Amino acid sequence: MLLSRCFPDRHLRILAPVPRCRWSLTPIVLLLLGCGGPFPQSTLHPRSDFARAADTVFTDIFWWAVLVFVVVETVLLFVLVRFRHREGRAAPRPTHGHTLLEIAWTLAPAVILVFVAVPTVRTIFATAGEAPPDALKVQVTGHQWWWEYKYPDLGITTANEMHLPVGKPVQIAITSADVIHSFWAPRLGGKRDAIPGHVNYIALQADAVGDYSGQCAEFCGASHANMGLRVLVDSDAGFAAWVKDQRSPPVAPAKGTPAEQGKAIYSRSACLGCHTIQGVSPGVIGPNLTHVGSRSTIAAGLFPNDSAHLASWIADAPAMKPGAIMTRMKPPLTDAEIAALVAYLASLK
Amino acid sequence: MSHAAAAQLAPAATAEAHGLRAWLTTTDHKRIGMLYFYTALSFFLIGGIEALVIRAQLARPNGHLVSAETYNQLFTMHGTTMIFLALMPLSSSFFNFIVPLQIGARDVAFPRLNAFSYWVFLLGGLFMNASWFVGPLFHAGQWNVAPNGGWFGYANLTERQFSPGPNIDFWLLGLQILGVSSLAGGVNFIVTILNMRAPGMKMMRLPTFTWMSLVTQFIIITAFPVLTVGLLFLMFDRFFGAHFYVREAGATPILWQHLFWLFGHPEVYILILPAMGIVSEVLPTFARKPLFGYTVVVYSGILIGFMGWGVWSHHMFSVGLGPIADSVFSATSMLIAVPTGVKVFNWIATLWGGDIRGTTALHFAVGFIAMFIIGGLSGVTHASPPADLQQTDTYYVVAHFHYVLFGGTVLGLFAGVYYWWPKMTGRLFDETLGKWHFWLQLVGMNLAFFPMHLIGLLGMPRRIYTYSPDLGVAGLNLVSTVGAFLIGVSILIFLANLWRTRTHGQRAPNDPWGGATLEWSIPSPPPVYNFSVIPTVANRLPRWKTEHHEPMRDPPATPPAPIHVPPGSWWPLVAALGLPIAALAPLTHTLSLAFVGAALLLVGIYRWAFEPLEG
Repeated sequence: MLLSRCFPDRHLRILAPVPRCRWSLTPIVLLLLGCGGPFPQSTLHPRSDFARAADTVFTDIFWWAVLVFVVVETVLLFVLVRFRHREGRAAPRPTHGHTLLEIAWTLAPAVILVFVAVPTVRTIFATAGEAPPDALKVQVTGHQWWWEYKYPDLGITTANEMHLPVGKPVQIAITSADVIHSFWAPRLGGKRDAIPGHVNYIALQADAVGDYSGQCAEFCGASHANMGLRVLVDSDAGFAAWVKDQRSPPVAPAKGTPAEQGKAIYSRSACLGCHTIQGVSPGVIGPNLTHVGSRSTIAAGLFPNDSAHLASWIADAPAMKPGAIMTRMKPPLTDAEIAALVAYLASLK
Repeated sequence: MSHAAAAQLAPAATAEAHGLRAWLTTTDHKRIGMLYFYTALSFFLIGGIEALVIRAQLARPNGHLVSAETYNQLFTMHGTTMIFLALMPLSSSFFNFIVPLQIGARDVAFPRLNAFSYWVFLLGGLFMNASWFVGPLFHAGQWNVAPNGGWFGYANLTERQFSPGPNIDFWLLGLQILGVSSLAGGVNFIVTILNMRAPGMKMMRLPTFTWMSLVTQFIIITAFPVLTVGLLFLMFDRFFGAHFYVREAGATPILWQHLFWLFGHPEVYILILPAMGIVSEVLPTFARKPLFGYTVVVYSGILIGFMGWGVWSHHMFSVGLGPIADSVFSATSMLIAVPTGVKVFNWIATLWGGDIRGTTALHFAVGFIAMFIIGGLSGVTHASPPADLQQTDTYYVVAHFHYVLFGGTVLGLFAGVYYWWPKMTGRLFDETLGKWHFWLQLVGMNLAFFPMHLIGLLGMPRRIYTYSPDLGVAGLNLVSTVGAFLIGVSILIFLANLWRTRTHGQRAPNDPWGGATLEWSIPSPPPVYNFSVIPTVANRLPRWKTEHHEPMRDPPATPPAPIHVPPGSWWPLVAALGLPIAALAPLTHTLSLAFVGAALLLVGIYRWAFEPLEG
């Protein structure tokens, strides 16, 4: 945007008469792999404007690189075969250099780099994170080792699973509560670091409804490998329904059910020091659990959100995720208590 | 002249002193070069074993050979070890052994400072690696408390708040010690190359390897202080509660990234330029042709040295420095491809029209060119920030820099090993085993590192101890692991060759290859005084016949006059011991150790300064 103000687009086109070769790399990759995926985090299967812009630049440079690679390596191989030692060959002529050649092979890469640099700079400005004012705003905060999402205009707070409407501009603001992380959902675009004290922006518009996985890309300590995330791109109606559910207060469990027992246990345990459940507890250290039952995974995308995994997680989180600060309860909860807690959490749809 | 001094004069003293004492006190650049070689080789093997454990863990999804904590220590130490303890000191081994011979000198400018550099390097490396075994001393509950913050040690993860153990302390104190070694070596070699050249050895007659060594030393003495400052800030944060990188105190952890990469990118050229210098020696010798475009190759090396300072933020495109900064650093990063490409073209032109003898050294030098091209081209793809936002911190980058540092630096250094080993030891490597080593290593590295491009593009980040089978990269990771172990086999073949050559290697004459430079004019291995008579140099290829001149006459086998050879000294070793002891002070919270270390250092330097030269 900024650049287009400085350089009207037609000038750029004069500078960069690159044929817009749109040969996707995907078939080559599939050929090399001998199988068809699915590759849920593939940068070669872009599904947003941001991801496509990055892929386009990469594909352009890739084909230039292939050209240079083939030419230079072929010449190298030719020289090795053609000028290999043979008995009786006359002593080589001691050439020391050639000015014209030096100029030529200095200019040739420089010219190629102009073809690479111009679309690069154009795309840098196009993907700088600026979004129209009506874009949906999402605030991402990285924590060791999970993601917190806030929708300031909608009053929603959730964790690890982000919902976005398809085909609508979105601006994601990224920061961190502790160390540096990097928010990355490859099929929806490039990563931006989550840095304490700074805010970085990603602007994107998702192409298609779907479940896009990603994970933290900046080394952030013991469980960096276990800091997954998911972005669920919903249809307009689906997104509206999700927003409605998330904005409604949690349903109180019915009298006499295990869930009600679980709520009582939750309310008298250490849980409430770290977790928020709207109307029940205000903790902000761990993920907001107000609608935890509506999420399909737990522990930052590590495990499915079912009663077995929830129960083991509550019993001993660090055993499932090294370094997790949610320690085992002292005194430990009984199996019955854990089962009741699981029933309560599962009821928080 | 006293009787004792006369005993130090060649040829009476040509029988070199042997035994442990002679090696501990040596100030002979050739012996120090051999010490650098074997020490760096040992660390190379340790770093290699760490890599193999990493690859074994990643061979399948959900691997559990090692824990998350141990894995994080392994990749941190693999990177730190390979860069600071293996590749840099392997280059130093050649700086030490070869540069004085190439410029026609009897030793480096400051022989005892040279010994000091080596001992500091050895002790710094041992200090850092001790962290694998000393967990119980820190009540860590496990043996290994090795550094675990990555070789890049990003603040604020490395602050005490998030890394309370001794792990990061070992890392930053170890790096501070190693920095002293690099700086002392850098100063020493700059002075050596500028001041110790034989008569007639003008700057533009310097062999290319010596030129690239000189450029490298200038980068070292300018880049390492930046790292030292960054580490000093981190030390103050960790030990004295300062907050150079603490957001809550109004600072920013991004400061660390700027300081680290302002050092870290020039560091890449510290690692690659010596290998480029080696290749520029090996190709002309075995093509029997002068280096094509000597002047251009030298100037592009100097240019790379300068431009290496203006590209650091390409390691930080995902940090969000803004589109203008990103554009500028993108442009400078792309520009640096030009002098690099020029070098490649000149190497190929050197081979063109030559009479190429396919020795093992030539194989490695050509392997360097072929692999470095791949690493250079993938580098251009992430000089473009939009593409880099997808690639950075993924295996694509791991693939890229292994093509540069393994395909480039390691193959280049092996070219140097096979080329100069006969000069260094008087024995020729077995060429058949050497070729096996080369081909297995080439196939192994391509199996290990090529799939990583795809693994990264398919969305697998770096520095993760485990990955999900859902990513679809299990097969590629298995191939990569197989390749890594193939590299391991190739290194075993090299070790076998090395072992065999010690006793069974064919005796090397002065000049087994027909080289053009001065080191080939003297015996293999060189006598302690190097040159019986300091040669007078009249042109760039003194030992070759060209259209302009006849080859020079080699120095006589025995010196016509006595040559003074300086005696050894204990004081460099004593002074060097002071540094790791002082570093134990903050690590163990024992103030007295700081005084002991400082005293050793000061006494060592004082005694060394006033030590009589005549022994």
